[in-house]
Amino acid sequence: MRWYWIDRFLEFESGRRAKAVKNVSLAEEHLHDHFPNYPIIPNSLVIEGIAQTGGLLVCEHNEFAEKVVLAKVPKATFYCEAIPGDTLTYTTTVEYIKEDGARISATSYKDDTLHAEVEIMFAHLSDPRLGALFDPESFLRMMCLLGAFDVGHAADGSPLVPPPRLLQAVGAEEADWQE
Amino acid sequence: MPTKDEIFEKIQVALVDALGVDDDEVTPEATLVGDLGAESIDFLDIVFRLEKSFDIKIPRGELFPEDILTSSEYVQDGKVTEDGLAELRNRMPFADLDDFAKNPVVQDFGNMLTVADMCRFVERKVEAT
Repeated sequence: MRWYWIDRFLEFESGRRAKAVKNVSLAEEHLHDHFPNYPIIPNSLVIEGIAQTGGLLVCEHNEFAEKVVLAKVPKATFYCEAIPGDTLTYTTTVEYIKEDGARISATSYKDDTLHAEVEIMFAHLSDPRLGALFDPESFLRMMCLLGAFDVGHAADGSPLVPPPRLLQAVGAEEADWQE
Repeated sequence: MPTKDEIFEKIQVALVDALGVDDDEVTPEATLVGDLGAESIDFLDIVFRLEKSFDIKIPRGELFPEDILTSSEYVQDGKVTEDGLAELRNRMPFADLDDFAKNPVVQDFGNMLTVADMCRFVERKVEAT
């Protein structure tokens, strides 16, 4: 199992907002174990998906230089269940990004129905020993896989591209990327 | 310029949202850490909510001077020194440090700050702008 709890970005506006979808599938192993014979996506994994959507937004704003971790969930209200076949749309909005951390607010919609409202705080860790958990290659792969650079925009409205430090770390040039 | 009641009401909203407490728990006498359960990460959240709510800027360490409490110059054997207390009083004119000064154990410091202290802190910030 891969720890991806969103399937694709629909929108990615650097430093402001990101929207991603999560398709709930009966093929997901955990749906059979959470409540046997009553498959629903666990709310904790909805929060994780929202944290991935908003966390990458915060990471990208910092050019992936900060070690961003989920520190606190000030609010998580769920209004209904999501079952196999449902598509959840997570919209995360940056409330602030500061030196020590960041907070996002988010909604999850099931078609036109409000499914959840969540707030998440992220902390920026300074412990250098955690470097291996945050390697640039993984970030670049995840952002590509989720289509962030296909739909994303930088703060000035231009198409989103990986920051130079991420490209340098994986041995790619900016020119290579644009081709 | 907001009145003292308006400042208290906005701080109450910020603390209810940041800490998940009920509004009747947020009394002027309530301590942020002991009574309302604030942890270090919450202070970042609270500071931002106050900045947004009152349109003020709160530099790091101004509300909660963690740099003094972790300084070897001002802390000896887990207690804040006389110089440290003087520096705390200088930096935190909004807080009543008299009780803390009787036995200034660093670990107890977090439990000293009350909602009323926070109101006085914001009143000063709002007045200054």
